[in-house]
Amino acid sequence: MNDSVSKSVYPVTRDEGAASEIVLAIIVDNEPGVLARVVGLISARGYNIESLTVAETDVEKHTSRITIVTGGTPAKIDQIKAQLGRLVPVRRVIDVTREADALERELALIKVVNSGEHRLESMRLADIFRARALDTTHRSFVFEITGTREKINAFIDLMKPLGLSEISRTGVLSIRRGVESD
Amino acid sequence: MTAKVAEKPKTAAKGAARAVSKSGAELLLDALEEQGVEVIFGYPGGAVLPIYDALFKRDSIHHIMVRHEQGAVHAAEGYARSTGKVGVVLVTSGPGATNAVTGLADALLDSIPIVCITGQVARALIGTDAFQECDTVGITRSCTKYNYLVPSAHNLSGIVHEAFHIARNGRPGPVVIDIPKDVQFEEALYTARAEARNRNCIVTPPINQNQIEQAVDLMRQARRPVLYTGGGVINAGRAASDALRTLARETGFPVTSTLMGLGAFPASDPHWLGMLGMHGSLEANSAMHDCDLMIAIGARFDDRITGRLDAFSPGSRKIHIDIDPSSINKNVRVDLGIVGHAGVVMEAMIAEWRTRAAREPYDKPRVDAWRSQIDRWRSRKSFSYQNCDKRIKPQYAIERLYALTRGRDVYVTTEVGQHQMWAAQHFHFDEPNRWMTSGGLGTMGYGLPAALGVQAAHPDALVIDIAGDASVQMTMQEMSTALQYELPIKIFILNNAYLGMVRQWQELLHGGRYSHSYSDSLPDFVKLADAYGGVGIRAETPSELDAKIMEMIDVKRPVLFDCVVTQEENVFPMIPSGAAHNEMLFGGHHVTGDEVSADGKALV
Repeated sequence: MNDSVSKSVYPVTRDEGAASEIVLAIIVDNEPGVLARVVGLISARGYNIESLTVAETDVEKHTSRITIVTGGTPAKIDQIKAQLGRLVPVRRVIDVTREADALERELALIKVVNSGEHRLESMRLADIFRARALDTTHRSFVFEITGTREKINAFIDLMKPLGLSEISRTGVLSIRRGVESD
Repeated sequence: MTAKVAEKPKTAAKGAARAVSKSGAELLLDALEEQGVEVIFGYPGGAVLPIYDALFKRDSIHHIMVRHEQGAVHAAEGYARSTGKVGVVLVTSGPGATNAVTGLADALLDSIPIVCITGQVARALIGTDAFQECDTVGITRSCTKYNYLVPSAHNLSGIVHEAFHIARNGRPGPVVIDIPKDVQFEEALYTARAEARNRNCIVTPPINQNQIEQAVDLMRQARRPVLYTGGGVINAGRAASDALRTLARETGFPVTSTLMGLGAFPASDPHWLGMLGMHGSLEANSAMHDCDLMIAIGARFDDRITGRLDAFSPGSRKIHIDIDPSSINKNVRVDLGIVGHAGVVMEAMIAEWRTRAAREPYDKPRVDAWRSQIDRWRSRKSFSYQNCDKRIKPQYAIERLYALTRGRDVYVTTEVGQHQMWAAQHFHFDEPNRWMTSGGLGTMGYGLPAALGVQAAHPDALVIDIAGDASVQMTMQEMSTALQYELPIKIFILNNAYLGMVRQWQELLHGGRYSHSYSDSLPDFVKLADAYGGVGIRAETPSELDAKIMEMIDVKRPVLFDCVVTQEENVFPMIPSGAAHNEMLFGGHHVTGDEVSADGKALV
């Protein structure tokens, strides 16, 4: 038997290309259980959700916008999108990464506990990153920073040696550029 | 409150009468009535007592009390599949709901429209670990198309209409409505079907004429075409089966079908190739492998159909017509995916085919070589078997059952296993909705309760559950239901005392080590039938088989037929693990236990 070829009738894994990260925006009817349906569908396929944001965005139509950052092979991602689209309360699925020229923003609250030179340095860096100090004590700051994930990650990395103590992030939000809307 | 409701004639519950406030239980039944529900399969319990109380006063809805909630869902599936209507189930909270889960998962995988009403503990008790409480919407979320926890009686009738809409439209499926007990007592106004919100749950796009033209282009160019049809054609209704017949006859293309789609195309037609897949015919699987154009209609490229994916129909262009966009490109990449209702798309294809043929006649001889190749495969008679004159061969039993039931109004259900495959191979169907089997989930114990549902819908028909001795014991208690409601189902057990398909796989994959697949202490099925008050018949030799089958057909009561068959028969042909469609095993093949690679053994 030629071992180089899979002999299995039902290959579990197929050559689907490399896994990549995607941002999905899902417009759903705001009703009990809808988040569980969306999240359950993704987690049942063994994919981790990197970030998740959800809030009602249209009070009259009772629709919410769920923004999910997840990853997978292109074939799996296509399946996730198709199957999300099949859920009854899902109105639209937008592949922000691939389909839309979209803006991406995230907000983070970052607490640093430090003193002396570290304290000054963290203030200088916060200024460069346009982070605001929301709360200040003699020994700590809470910074609010908004930006892309990369920017926030960079700020966090810089704060690590300067007494980083706690992080809270909203997860990614996205919206299409230009006049068109989703 | 109920006295007022009880006096009201049920048919006159329209207009002004609707403005009367009623209990949730009455509203539920009003909504079911408006949806045209005639039969409910259910089992009472604490959390649905108000509904049963309301049901007591109505004779417009017939209730069949099963013996286990799984049976209720399977019976509703049998009812739905044989009529094309939505099947309705009513069970209580907690164990009632959890027992129904297998049936719901079965209906989801086979796309069967079911509305399952479950009782729930009163709203104030939810989340307190109350008696017979379970998180029904949580548990059933992934085995239903949609589910509801009814927040108040004001929403109840609207939700019921919405649930029926969701269950029957798009790709059909099961919907659960979980109703807390206090909501069943709460008074509210009725929402009529016309006023209820229709969830825009499945958008079936209009026919895209470009795609139809492309499809017909491919069809006219094809030299080796094949139509591969599935349960979607049955679900799309009688018109879809008719369209398929017209399409096949006008184009002359051969037709094969999945287990789920049998009957959509008549087995007696010369274009019929037989079922395809793991235990499909040589001509069907070879045609799928060698074709240059595959037209998949309402089929989903299940692993039991494709076998090894990297060797699946390597040289073909593929058109896939499906109502569910997520089915397209799921397992197999296709060249042209058409999202739509199978019947409507096929009708558009026929119209386009005719237009094109009128302009430029279709070159029929271009598929002649293909047809003669198919005839050569067909002459191999891949479903043939070595008969025996001392013991009954299971295939022979099905053949005789088929032959002796000609000219009757026959419906067949099955359990899951070897007998199911033999039934699919040797019992032939010319009409849709006549064949009810658990294709997707593969639920042993499906056939007996499903037969009840079929019989309830077709009281005068001959309903046969082709069963195995192991499967039938999973839902055997429903014999009691058959007796209570005088449903004269015929349970035709191919008794080989083994879990036959398990035994076959152990022979092929596990070196003949028959680990726990032999039933050492089977009940005496004849006495068991007697104990239930039914009729027991046993056949042990081929010579007595015909007379016994006729006896079974003539009895107008539930029958357990114990057909004692040879024990070690295998289902052939078979695509063994690690092989492609064109590498099949046939009957009489010497099996060594080394047929399958280590990889193959790891998978089902």
